[in-house]
Amino acid sequence: MRELLELLEHDARRPVNELAAMLHRSEYEVEQQLKQLEKDKVILNYNTLINWEKFGDDMVTSIIEVNVTPQREVGFDAIAERIYRFDEVRSLYLMSGSFDLLVIIEGKSLKDISNFVSTRLATIEGITSTRSHFMLKPYKKDGSIIDDQECDRRLVVTP
Amino acid sequence: MNWENRISPAVNAIAPSGIRKFFDIAAEMEDVISLGVGEPDFVTPWSIRESCVYGLEQGYTSYTSNRGLLELRQEITNLVEREHQITYDPKKEVLVTVGVSEALDIAMRAVLAPGDEVLIPEPCYVSYKACATLAGGKVISVPTKIENEFRITVEELEDYVTPKTKVLLIGYPNNPTGAVMDYETLEKIANFAEKHDLIVISDEIYCNLIYANTKHTCFASLDKMKDRTILLNGFSKAYAMTGWRIGYALANPVIISAMTKIHQYTILCAPITAQIAAIEALRHGEKYMKKMVSEYDKRRLLILDGMRKIGLECFEPKGAFYIFPCIKNTGLTSEEFAEKLLRSERVALVPGNAFGDCGEGFIRCSYATSVPKISEALVRIENFLKNHVYR
Repeated sequence: MRELLELLEHDARRPVNELAAMLHRSEYEVEQQLKQLEKDKVILNYNTLINWEKFGDDMVTSIIEVNVTPQREVGFDAIAERIYRFDEVRSLYLMSGSFDLLVIIEGKSLKDISNFVSTRLATIEGITSTRSHFMLKPYKKDGSIIDDQECDRRLVVTP
Repeated sequence: MNWENRISPAVNAIAPSGIRKFFDIAAEMEDVISLGVGEPDFVTPWSIRESCVYGLEQGYTSYTSNRGLLELRQEITNLVEREHQITYDPKKEVLVTVGVSEALDIAMRAVLAPGDEVLIPEPCYVSYKACATLAGGKVISVPTKIENEFRITVEELEDYVTPKTKVLLIGYPNNPTGAVMDYETLEKIANFAEKHDLIVISDEIYCNLIYANTKHTCFASLDKMKDRTILLNGFSKAYAMTGWRIGYALANPVIISAMTKIHQYTILCAPITAQIAAIEALRHGEKYMKKMVSEYDKRRLLILDGMRKIGLECFEPKGAFYIFPCIKNTGLTSEEFAEKLLRSERVALVPGNAFGDCGEGFIRCSYATSVPKISEALVRIENFLKNHVYR
Protein backbone atom coordinates (compact mmCIF):
# COMPACT_ATOMS: atom_id res chain seq x y z
CA MET A 1 0.00 0.00 0.00
CA ARG A 2 2.92 2.32 0.71
CA GLU A 3 3.98 2.07 -2.91
CA LEU A 4 0.46 2.85 -4.12
CA LEU A 5 0.38 5.94 -1.90
CA GLU A 6 3.80 7.07 -3.07
CA LEU A 7 2.70 6.82 -6.70
CA LEU A 8 -0.43 8.86 -6.01
CA GLU A 9 1.37 11.41 -3.90
CA HIS A 10 3.51 12.11 -6.94
CA ASP A 11 0.65 12.12 -9.44
CA ALA A 12 -2.96 11.70 -8.31
CA ARG A 13 -4.24 11.36 -11.87
CA ARG A 14 -2.63 8.02 -12.62
CA PRO A 15 -5.33 5.72 -13.99
CA VAL A 16 -6.08 2.51 -12.11
CA ASN A 17 -4.91 0.25 -14.95
CA GLU A 18 -1.53 2.00 -14.94
CA LEU A 19 -1.24 1.75 -11.15
CA ALA A 20 -2.14 -1.92 -11.30
CA ALA A 21 0.53 -2.66 -13.92
CA MET A 22 3.19 -0.72 -12.05
CA LEU A 23 2.44 -2.49 -8.78
CA HIS A 24 1.95 -5.90 -10.36
CA ARG A 25 -1.60 -6.19 -8.95
CA SER A 26 -5.04 -6.56 -10.48
CA GLU A 27 -7.13 -3.46 -11.16
CA TYR A 28 -9.79 -4.78 -8.80
CA GLU A 29 -7.25 -5.07 -5.99
CA VAL A 30 -6.02 -1.50 -6.54
CA GLU A 31 -9.58 -0.16 -6.61
CA GLN A 32 -10.38 -1.91 -3.33
CA GLN A 33 -7.23 -0.57 -1.71
CA LEU A 34 -8.03 2.96 -2.85
CA LYS A 35 -11.54 2.73 -1.46
CA GLN A 36 -10.19 1.52 1.86
CA LEU A 37 -7.53 4.24 2.03
CA GLU A 38 -10.13 6.89 1.27
CA LYS A 39 -12.52 5.45 3.85
CA ASP A 40 -9.78 5.39 6.48
CA LYS A 41 -8.90 8.98 5.56
CA VAL A 42 -5.32 7.98 4.81
CA ILE A 43 -5.99 9.63 1.47
CA LEU A 44 -7.56 12.96 2.39
CA ASN A 45 -7.93 14.53 -1.00
CA TYR A 46 -6.70 14.54 -4.59
CA ASN A 47 -5.76 18.23 -4.81
CA THR A 48 -4.10 19.90 -7.77
CA LEU A 49 -1.11 22.14 -7.19
CA ILE A 50 -1.77 25.31 -9.18
CA ASN A 51 0.50 28.22 -9.93
CA TRP A 52 -2.20 30.91 -9.63
CA GLU A 53 0.23 33.69 -10.29
CA LYS A 54 1.00 32.21 -13.69
CA PHE A 55 -2.74 31.99 -14.34
CA GLY A 56 -2.95 35.71 -13.65
CA ASP A 57 -4.37 35.86 -10.15
CA ASP A 58 -2.62 38.05 -7.60
CA MET A 59 -3.11 36.24 -4.34
CA VAL A 60 -1.57 37.32 -1.07
CA THR A 61 -0.27 34.71 1.30
CA SER A 62 0.44 35.46 4.91
CA ILE A 63 2.16 33.36 7.50
CA ILE A 64 1.04 34.24 10.99
CA GLU A 65 2.66 33.28 14.25
CA VAL A 66 0.06 33.00 16.97
CA ASN A 67 0.50 32.76 20.73
CA VAL A 68 -2.36 31.30 22.73
CA THR A 69 -3.22 30.31 26.25
CA PRO A 70 -3.97 26.59 26.20
CA GLN A 71 -7.22 25.50 27.81
CA ARG A 72 -7.74 22.88 30.47
CA GLU A 73 -8.59 19.38 29.13
CA VAL A 74 -8.37 20.27 25.44
CA GLY A 75 -4.99 22.06 25.29
CA PHE A 76 -4.60 23.76 21.94
CA ASP A 77 -7.13 21.67 20.04
CA ALA A 78 -10.28 23.67 20.70
CA ILE A 79 -8.70 26.96 19.78
CA ALA A 80 -7.06 25.36 16.74
CA GLU A 81 -10.45 24.20 15.55
CA ARG A 82 -11.87 27.69 15.89
CA ILE A 83 -9.10 28.85 13.59
CA TYR A 84 -8.96 26.11 10.97
CA ARG A 85 -12.71 26.19 10.33
CA PHE A 86 -12.27 29.52 8.52
CA ASP A 87 -12.07 29.01 4.77
CA GLU A 88 -9.33 31.61 4.56
CA VAL A 89 -6.99 29.39 6.55
CA ARG A 90 -5.01 27.18 4.18
CA SER A 91 -2.87 25.44 6.78
CA LEU A 92 -2.50 25.35 10.52
CA TYR A 93 0.22 23.75 12.57
CA LEU A 94 1.00 23.49 16.29
CA MET A 95 4.63 24.45 16.73
CA SER A 96 7.41 24.15 19.25
CA GLY A 97 9.52 27.25 19.94
CA SER A 98 8.73 30.88 20.45
CA PHE A 99 5.10 30.75 19.32
CA ASP A 100 2.31 28.16 19.42
CA LEU A 101 0.35 28.08 16.19
CA LEU A 102 1.44 28.74 12.64
CA VAL A 103 -1.41 29.88 10.44
CA ILE A 104 -1.15 30.20 6.68
CA ILE A 105 -3.78 32.41 5.13
CA GLU A 106 -4.58 33.29 1.56
CA GLY A 107 -6.48 36.40 0.58
CA LYS A 108 -7.07 38.62 -2.43
CA SER A 109 -5.29 41.64 -0.93
CA LEU A 110 -3.28 42.89 2.04
CA LYS A 111 -6.44 44.55 3.28
CA ASP A 112 -8.30 41.27 3.09
CA ILE A 113 -5.73 39.62 5.27
CA SER A 114 -5.32 42.42 7.75
CA ASN A 115 -9.09 42.49 8.14
CA PHE A 116 -9.15 38.79 8.80
CA VAL A 117 -6.35 38.96 11.35
CA SER A 118 -7.69 41.96 13.24
CA THR A 119 -11.37 41.12 13.24
CA ARG A 120 -11.43 37.31 13.21
CA LEU A 121 -8.18 35.85 14.39
CA ALA A 122 -6.84 38.24 17.05
CA THR A 123 -10.23 38.49 18.69
CA ILE A 124 -10.55 34.78 19.43
CA GLU A 125 -10.55 34.26 23.13
CA GLY A 126 -7.28 32.75 24.31
CA ILE A 127 -5.12 34.28 21.57
CA THR A 128 -2.59 36.51 23.26
CA SER A 129 -0.64 37.83 20.27
CA THR A 130 -0.18 37.52 16.50
CA ARG A 131 2.69 38.36 14.21
CA SER A 132 2.08 38.42 10.44
CA HIS A 133 4.62 37.85 7.65
CA PHE A 134 3.80 38.24 3.99
CA MET A 135 5.11 35.78 1.45
CA LEU A 136 6.93 37.56 -1.39
CA LYS A 137 7.78 34.80 -3.81
CA PRO A 138 7.31 31.05 -3.76
CA TYR A 139 10.17 28.88 -5.04
CA LYS A 140 9.04 25.41 -4.13
CA LYS A 141 5.72 24.14 -2.88
CA ASP A 142 4.87 20.66 -1.61
CA GLY A 143 7.92 19.21 -3.36
CA SER A 144 7.32 20.96 -6.69
CA ILE A 145 9.71 23.62 -7.96
CA ILE A 146 7.57 26.56 -9.13
CA ASP A 147 9.60 27.65 -12.14
CA ASP A 148 11.68 24.61 -13.01
CA GLN A 149 14.00 25.25 -15.92
CA GLU A 150 15.46 21.75 -15.99
CA CYS A 151 14.34 19.63 -18.90
CA ASP A 152 15.32 16.46 -20.71
CA ARG A 153 18.57 17.34 -22.43
CA ARG A 154 19.46 13.83 -23.54
CA LEU A 155 20.05 12.94 -27.17
CA VAL A 156 17.09 11.19 -28.70
CA VAL A 157 18.88 7.88 -29.33
CA THR A 158 22.01 6.71 -27.49
CA PRO A 159 23.66 3.32 -27.03
CA MET B 1 44.49 15.04 -49.91
CA ASN B 2 42.49 11.90 -50.29
CA TRP B 3 41.72 11.09 -46.73
CA GLU B 4 39.68 8.02 -47.60
CA ASN B 5 42.75 5.88 -48.22
CA ARG B 6 44.66 7.31 -45.32
CA ILE B 7 42.45 5.97 -42.57
CA SER B 8 44.06 3.09 -40.72
CA PRO B 9 42.79 -0.33 -41.82
CA ALA B 10 42.03 -1.15 -38.18
CA VAL B 11 39.59 1.76 -37.99
CA ASN B 12 38.16 1.08 -41.43
CA ALA B 13 37.44 -2.49 -40.36
CA ILE B 14 35.02 -1.29 -37.73
CA ALA B 15 31.41 -0.78 -38.72
CA PRO B 16 29.81 2.47 -37.55
CA SER B 17 27.25 2.06 -34.76
CA GLY B 18 23.87 0.86 -36.03
CA ILE B 19 22.25 3.40 -33.76
CA ARG B 20 23.51 6.39 -35.72
CA LYS B 21 20.98 6.07 -38.54
CA PHE B 22 18.03 6.23 -36.15
CA PHE B 23 19.51 9.11 -34.32
CA ASP B 24 19.76 11.05 -37.58
CA ILE B 25 16.14 10.38 -38.57
CA ALA B 26 14.72 11.00 -35.10
CA ALA B 27 16.74 14.16 -34.52
CA GLU B 28 14.92 15.86 -37.41
CA MET B 29 11.42 14.90 -36.34
CA GLU B 30 9.17 16.66 -33.87
CA ASP B 31 7.04 15.12 -31.13
CA VAL B 32 9.16 11.97 -31.04
CA ILE B 33 8.81 9.78 -27.97
CA SER B 34 12.11 8.10 -27.46
CA LEU B 35 12.52 4.67 -25.97
CA GLY B 36 15.94 4.71 -27.56
CA VAL B 37 17.95 6.43 -24.87
CA GLY B 38 20.54 4.39 -23.02
CA GLU B 39 20.83 6.69 -20.04
CA PRO B 40 18.72 7.67 -17.02
CA ASP B 41 16.11 10.37 -17.49
CA PHE B 42 16.87 11.63 -14.01
CA VAL B 43 19.25 14.53 -13.62
CA THR B 44 22.18 13.84 -11.28
CA PRO B 45 20.93 14.23 -7.67
CA TRP B 46 21.41 17.78 -6.45
CA SER B 47 23.74 16.97 -3.56
CA ILE B 48 26.18 15.44 -6.06
CA ARG B 49 25.95 18.40 -8.41
CA GLU B 50 26.30 20.80 -5.50
CA SER B 51 29.47 19.10 -4.25
CA CYS B 52 31.04 19.63 -7.67
CA VAL B 53 30.07 23.32 -7.66
CA TYR B 54 31.55 23.66 -4.19
CA GLY B 55 34.73 21.95 -5.35
CA LEU B 56 35.07 24.43 -8.19
CA GLU B 57 34.53 27.33 -5.80
CA GLN B 58 37.29 25.93 -3.61
CA GLY B 59 39.61 25.91 -6.59
CA TYR B 60 39.75 22.20 -7.36
CA THR B 61 40.74 22.56 -10.99
CA SER B 62 44.04 20.68 -11.21
CA TYR B 63 45.19 17.28 -12.44
CA THR B 64 44.89 14.46 -9.97
CA SER B 65 47.07 11.40 -9.55
CA ASN B 66 46.87 9.25 -12.70
CA ARG B 67 44.96 6.62 -10.79
CA GLY B 68 42.47 9.15 -9.45
CA LEU B 69 42.04 10.87 -6.08
CA LEU B 70 43.01 8.45 -3.32
CA GLU B 71 39.91 9.51 -1.40
CA LEU B 72 37.75 8.36 -4.29
CA ARG B 73 39.65 5.10 -4.70
CA GLN B 74 39.14 4.46 -1.02
CA GLU B 75 35.42 5.09 -1.28
CA ILE B 76 35.28 2.71 -4.26
CA THR B 77 37.05 -0.09 -2.40
CA ASN B 78 34.83 0.52 0.65
CA LEU B 79 31.77 0.17 -1.55
CA VAL B 80 32.93 -3.08 -3.13
CA GLU B 81 33.83 -4.46 0.28
CA ARG B 82 30.41 -3.48 1.62
CA GLU B 83 28.36 -4.73 -1.32
CA HIS B 84 30.32 -7.77 -2.49
CA GLN B 85 32.69 -8.59 0.36
CA ILE B 86 35.76 -8.33 -1.86
CA THR B 87 38.79 -6.44 -0.60
CA TYR B 88 40.86 -4.37 -3.01
CA ASP B 89 43.87 -2.22 -2.17
CA PRO B 90 42.95 1.39 -3.02
CA LYS B 91 46.60 2.19 -3.72
CA LYS B 92 47.38 -0.64 -6.12
CA GLU B 93 44.22 -2.26 -7.39
CA VAL B 94 42.01 0.64 -8.48
CA LEU B 95 42.10 2.92 -11.50
CA VAL B 96 39.61 5.76 -11.93
CA THR B 97 38.72 6.13 -15.62
CA VAL B 98 36.72 8.31 -17.96
CA GLY B 99 33.64 6.12 -17.78
CA VAL B 100 33.54 2.36 -18.17
CA SER B 101 34.15 2.98 -21.88
CA GLU B 102 37.73 4.04 -21.26
CA ALA B 103 38.27 1.26 -18.74
CA LEU B 104 37.08 -1.29 -21.28
CA ASP B 105 39.32 0.11 -23.99
CA ILE B 106 42.49 0.17 -21.91
CA ALA B 107 41.78 -3.21 -20.33
CA MET B 108 41.62 -4.71 -23.83
CA ARG B 109 44.73 -2.89 -24.96
CA ALA B 110 46.60 -3.92 -21.83
CA VAL B 111 45.99 -7.64 -22.30
CA LEU B 112 45.47 -8.41 -25.97
CA ALA B 113 48.16 -9.40 -28.46
CA PRO B 114 47.33 -9.62 -32.17
CA GLY B 115 45.20 -12.66 -32.84
CA ASP B 116 44.15 -13.28 -29.25
CA GLU B 117 40.55 -14.32 -29.16
CA VAL B 118 37.92 -12.60 -27.06
CA LEU B 119 34.67 -14.38 -26.27
CA ILE B 120 31.79 -11.90 -26.27
CA PRO B 121 28.26 -13.05 -25.54
CA GLU B 122 25.72 -11.28 -27.74
CA PRO B 123 23.56 -9.20 -27.84
CA CYS B 124 25.91 -6.84 -26.07
CA TYR B 125 26.78 -3.19 -25.64
CA VAL B 126 27.89 -1.68 -28.93
CA SER B 127 31.47 -0.88 -27.99
CA TYR B 128 32.59 -4.33 -26.78
CA LYS B 129 33.46 -5.74 -30.17
CA ALA B 130 34.95 -2.48 -31.45
CA CYS B 131 37.24 -2.15 -28.42
CA ALA B 132 38.45 -5.74 -28.77
CA THR B 133 39.08 -5.31 -32.50
CA LEU B 134 40.89 -1.99 -32.12
CA ALA B 135 43.13 -3.60 -29.50
CA GLY B 136 44.15 -6.23 -32.05
CA GLY B 137 41.97 -9.00 -30.68
CA LYS B 138 39.76 -11.36 -32.63
CA VAL B 139 36.14 -11.20 -31.60
CA ILE B 140 34.35 -14.50 -31.15
CA SER B 141 30.65 -13.79 -30.76
CA VAL B 142 28.69 -16.20 -28.62
CA PRO B 143 24.97 -15.84 -29.28
CA THR B 144 22.60 -16.04 -26.33
CA LYS B 145 18.98 -17.11 -26.66
CA ILE B 146 15.61 -15.87 -25.49
CA GLU B 147 14.84 -19.43 -24.25
CA ASN B 148 17.61 -18.92 -21.71
CA GLU B 149 16.45 -15.36 -21.00
CA PHE B 150 19.60 -14.20 -22.79
CA ARG B 151 21.88 -15.68 -20.15
CA ILE B 152 25.14 -17.14 -21.33
CA THR B 153 25.67 -20.83 -20.57
CA VAL B 154 28.91 -22.77 -20.17
CA GLU B 155 27.79 -25.27 -22.82
CA GLU B 156 27.59 -22.44 -25.36
CA LEU B 157 30.94 -21.00 -24.29
CA GLU B 158 32.58 -24.43 -24.62
CA ASP B 159 31.52 -24.50 -28.29
CA TYR B 160 33.50 -21.35 -29.04
CA VAL B 161 36.57 -21.51 -26.82
CA THR B 162 39.90 -22.36 -28.48
CA PRO B 163 43.52 -22.46 -27.31
CA LYS B 164 43.80 -18.89 -28.58
CA THR B 165 41.03 -17.57 -26.33
CA LYS B 166 42.45 -15.12 -23.84
CA VAL B 167 39.54 -13.06 -22.61
CA LEU B 168 35.89 -13.57 -21.74
CA LEU B 169 34.00 -10.26 -21.72
CA ILE B 170 30.64 -10.27 -19.97
CA GLY B 171 28.19 -7.48 -19.24
CA TYR B 172 25.36 -8.32 -16.83
CA PRO B 173 22.84 -6.91 -16.02
CA ASN B 174 22.80 -6.64 -19.76
CA ASN B 175 22.35 -3.80 -22.20
CA PRO B 176 20.29 -4.34 -24.43
CA THR B 177 18.34 -7.32 -23.08
CA GLY B 178 17.93 -6.52 -19.38
CA ALA B 179 19.09 -10.08 -18.63
CA VAL B 180 20.75 -10.88 -15.31
CA MET B 181 22.92 -13.86 -14.44
CA ASP B 182 22.11 -16.29 -11.66
CA TYR B 183 24.69 -17.42 -9.12
CA GLU B 184 24.75 -21.08 -10.19
CA THR B 185 25.49 -20.29 -13.84
CA LEU B 186 28.15 -17.75 -12.88
CA GLU B 187 29.83 -20.38 -10.72
CA LYS B 188 30.01 -22.68 -13.72
CA ILE B 189 31.42 -19.85 -15.82
CA ALA B 190 34.03 -19.27 -13.14
CA ASN B 191 35.07 -22.93 -13.41
CA PHE B 192 35.13 -22.56 -17.19
CA ALA B 193 37.43 -19.52 -16.91
CA GLU B 194 39.70 -21.44 -14.54
CA LYS B 195 39.78 -24.48 -16.80
CA HIS B 196 40.75 -22.47 -19.89
CA ASP B 197 42.89 -19.97 -17.98
CA LEU B 198 40.92 -16.94 -19.21
CA ILE B 199 40.92 -13.34 -18.12
CA VAL B 200 37.37 -12.27 -17.37
CA ILE B 201 36.44 -8.66 -18.00
CA SER B 202 33.17 -8.06 -16.19
CA ASP B 203 31.28 -4.87 -16.98
CA GLU B 204 28.89 -4.42 -14.06
CA ILE B 205 27.76 -0.87 -14.72
CA TYR B 206 24.09 -1.83 -14.21
CA CYS B 207 24.67 -3.87 -11.02
CA ASN B 208 22.55 -1.58 -8.86
CA LEU B 209 19.63 -1.50 -11.29
CA ILE B 210 18.18 -4.86 -10.45
CA TYR B 211 14.59 -5.82 -9.66
CA ALA B 212 12.12 -8.46 -8.50
CA ASN B 213 14.21 -9.53 -5.50
CA THR B 214 17.06 -10.55 -7.78
CA LYS B 215 20.51 -10.47 -6.28
CA HIS B 216 23.49 -9.36 -8.30
CA THR B 217 26.57 -11.54 -7.99
CA CYS B 218 29.79 -9.71 -8.65
CA PHE B 219 31.98 -11.95 -10.80
CA ALA B 220 35.09 -11.16 -8.77
CA SER B 221 33.35 -12.40 -5.62
CA LEU B 222 33.21 -15.98 -6.93
CA ASP B 223 35.72 -18.50 -5.67
CA LYS B 224 39.24 -17.78 -7.01
CA MET B 225 37.86 -15.18 -9.45
CA LYS B 226 39.14 -11.98 -7.87
CA ASP B 227 42.60 -12.48 -9.33
CA ARG B 228 41.27 -13.43 -12.77
CA THR B 229 38.73 -10.65 -13.12
CA ILE B 230 39.02 -7.10 -14.36
CA LEU B 231 35.97 -5.60 -12.73
CA LEU B 232 34.55 -2.51 -14.43
CA ASN B 233 31.96 -0.22 -12.99
CA GLY B 234 31.01 3.43 -12.87
CA PHE B 235 28.57 6.06 -11.77
CA SER B 236 26.61 6.75 -14.93
CA LYS B 237 23.64 4.47 -14.44
CA ALA B 238 23.24 4.11 -10.68
CA TYR B 239 23.69 7.80 -9.90
CA ALA B 240 22.41 9.25 -13.17
CA MET B 241 25.86 10.65 -13.98
CA THR B 242 26.36 9.71 -17.64
CA GLY B 243 27.70 13.08 -18.77
CA TRP B 244 30.30 13.22 -16.00
CA ARG B 245 32.20 10.39 -17.67
CA ILE B 246 33.51 8.68 -14.59
CA GLY B 247 34.12 4.99 -13.98
CA TYR B 248 36.70 2.63 -12.55
CA ALA B 249 38.54 -0.65 -12.92
CA LEU B 250 39.43 -3.01 -10.10
CA ALA B 251 41.95 -5.79 -10.66
CA ASN B 252 45.29 -7.33 -9.81
CA PRO B 253 48.06 -4.70 -9.29
CA VAL B 254 49.95 -5.87 -12.39
CA ILE B 255 47.07 -5.31 -14.79
CA ILE B 256 46.08 -2.06 -13.07
CA SER B 257 49.65 -0.82 -13.52
CA ALA B 258 49.58 -1.79 -17.19
CA MET B 259 46.23 -0.05 -17.70
CA THR B 260 47.52 2.99 -15.81
CA LYS B 261 50.42 3.20 -18.26
CA ILE B 262 48.02 3.62 -21.19
CA HIS B 263 45.74 5.86 -19.15
CA GLN B 264 48.56 8.22 -18.11
CA TYR B 265 49.70 8.78 -21.68
CA THR B 266 46.27 9.12 -23.26
CA ILE B 267 43.98 10.57 -20.59
CA LEU B 268 46.33 11.57 -17.77
CA CYS B 269 43.50 11.52 -15.26
CA ALA B 270 39.75 11.62 -15.07
CA PRO B 271 38.41 15.20 -14.60
CA ILE B 272 38.79 16.31 -10.99
CA THR B 273 35.31 17.81 -10.94
CA ALA B 274 33.76 14.45 -11.82
CA GLN B 275 35.95 12.72 -9.23
CA ILE B 276 34.75 15.09 -6.51
CA ALA B 277 31.16 14.48 -7.50
CA ALA B 278 31.77 10.72 -7.50
CA ILE B 279 33.05 10.87 -3.91
CA GLU B 280 29.83 12.58 -2.88
CA ALA B 281 27.79 9.97 -4.79
CA LEU B 282 29.46 7.14 -2.90
CA ARG B 283 29.19 8.85 0.48
CA HIS B 284 25.66 10.15 0.33
CA GLY B 285 24.07 9.04 -2.93
CA GLU B 286 22.62 5.69 -1.98
CA LYS B 287 19.19 6.99 -0.94
CA TYR B 288 18.76 8.82 -4.24
CA MET B 289 19.85 5.76 -6.14
CA LYS B 290 17.36 3.55 -4.32
CA LYS B 291 14.56 5.98 -5.13
CA MET B 292 15.47 5.90 -8.81
CA VAL B 293 15.65 2.09 -8.81
CA SER B 294 12.18 1.87 -7.26
CA GLU B 295 10.88 4.22 -9.96
CA TYR B 296 12.52 2.18 -12.76
CA ASP B 297 10.98 -0.96 -11.34
CA LYS B 298 7.46 0.43 -11.64
CA ARG B 299 8.10 1.54 -15.20
CA ARG B 300 9.57 -1.87 -15.97
CA LEU B 301 6.36 -3.57 -14.85
CA LEU B 302 4.25 -1.05 -16.75
CA ILE B 303 6.10 -1.48 -20.05
CA LEU B 304 6.31 -5.27 -19.69
CA ASP B 305 2.57 -5.48 -19.10
CA GLY B 306 1.93 -3.08 -21.98
CA MET B 307 4.15 -4.89 -24.50
CA ARG B 308 2.56 -8.23 -23.68
CA LYS B 309 -0.94 -6.77 -23.96
CA ILE B 310 -0.27 -5.43 -27.45
CA GLY B 311 0.98 -8.82 -28.52
CA LEU B 312 4.78 -8.57 -28.44
CA GLU B 313 6.48 -11.48 -26.75
CA CYS B 314 8.89 -10.43 -23.99
CA PHE B 315 10.79 -12.25 -21.34
CA GLU B 316 10.80 -10.42 -18.03
CA PRO B 317 13.99 -8.35 -17.80
CA LYS B 318 15.28 -8.15 -14.24
CA GLY B 319 18.10 -5.66 -14.63
CA ALA B 320 19.26 -2.43 -16.31
CA PHE B 321 16.44 -0.31 -17.81
CA TYR B 322 15.73 -2.10 -21.04
CA ILE B 323 13.09 -4.44 -22.30
CA PHE B 324 13.83 -6.53 -25.37
CA PRO B 325 10.59 -7.56 -27.07
CA CYS B 326 10.55 -10.09 -29.90
CA ILE B 327 9.03 -8.73 -33.12
CA LYS B 328 9.49 -11.83 -35.27
CA ASN B 329 5.71 -12.37 -35.55
CA THR B 330 5.37 -9.05 -37.39
CA GLY B 331 7.31 -10.39 -40.37
CA LEU B 332 9.52 -7.29 -40.28
CA THR B 333 13.24 -7.15 -39.62
CA SER B 334 14.35 -5.22 -36.56
CA GLU B 335 15.52 -2.29 -38.69
CA GLU B 336 12.34 -2.22 -40.77
CA PHE B 337 10.26 -2.29 -37.61
CA ALA B 338 12.25 0.51 -35.98
CA GLU B 339 12.29 2.72 -39.06
CA LYS B 340 8.62 2.27 -39.96
CA LEU B 341 7.57 2.83 -36.37
CA LEU B 342 9.63 5.98 -36.17
CA ARG B 343 8.31 7.39 -39.43
CA SER B 344 4.65 6.50 -38.92
CA GLU B 345 4.16 6.85 -35.15
CA ARG B 346 7.21 8.84 -34.06
CA VAL B 347 8.45 6.37 -31.49
CA ALA B 348 12.21 5.91 -31.48
CA LEU B 349 13.78 2.68 -30.32
CA VAL B 350 16.83 0.71 -31.28
CA PRO B 351 16.76 -2.39 -33.52
CA GLY B 352 18.14 -5.45 -31.73
CA ASN B 353 20.66 -6.25 -34.45
CA ALA B 354 22.62 -3.10 -33.50
CA PHE B 355 23.82 -5.20 -30.55
CA GLY B 356 24.86 -8.26 -32.54
CA ASP B 357 23.41 -10.58 -35.16
CA CYS B 358 21.43 -12.63 -32.66
CA GLY B 359 19.57 -9.46 -31.68
CA GLU B 360 17.79 -9.65 -35.05
CA GLY B 361 14.06 -10.06 -34.52
CA PHE B 362 14.13 -7.99 -31.35
CA ILE B 363 13.94 -4.32 -30.43
CA ARG B 364 15.50 -2.56 -27.47
CA CYS B 365 13.16 -0.26 -25.58
CA SER B 366 14.54 1.83 -22.77
CA TYR B 367 12.14 2.58 -19.93
CA ALA B 368 14.38 5.33 -18.59
CA THR B 369 11.66 7.77 -19.55
CA SER B 370 8.63 9.17 -17.76
CA VAL B 371 5.49 7.10 -17.18
CA PRO B 372 3.24 9.32 -19.33
CA LYS B 373 5.71 8.95 -22.20
CA ILE B 374 5.89 5.19 -21.77
CA SER B 375 2.09 4.98 -21.78
CA GLU B 376 1.84 7.16 -24.89
CA ALA B 377 4.58 5.14 -26.63
CA LEU B 378 2.66 1.92 -25.92
CA VAL B 379 -0.48 3.42 -27.50
CA ARG B 380 1.51 4.47 -30.55
CA ILE B 381 3.18 1.07 -30.93
CA GLU B 382 -0.23 -0.59 -30.69
CA ASN B 383 -1.52 1.75 -33.44
CA PHE B 384 1.50 0.92 -35.54
CA LEU B 385 0.89 -2.81 -35.19
CA LYS B 386 -2.82 -2.39 -36.07
CA ASN B 387 -2.34 -0.07 -39.02
CA HIS B 388 0.87 -1.22 -40.58
CA VAL B 389 1.52 -4.76 -39.53
CA TYR B 390 -1.55 -6.85 -38.73
CA ARG B 391 -3.88 -5.27 -41.28
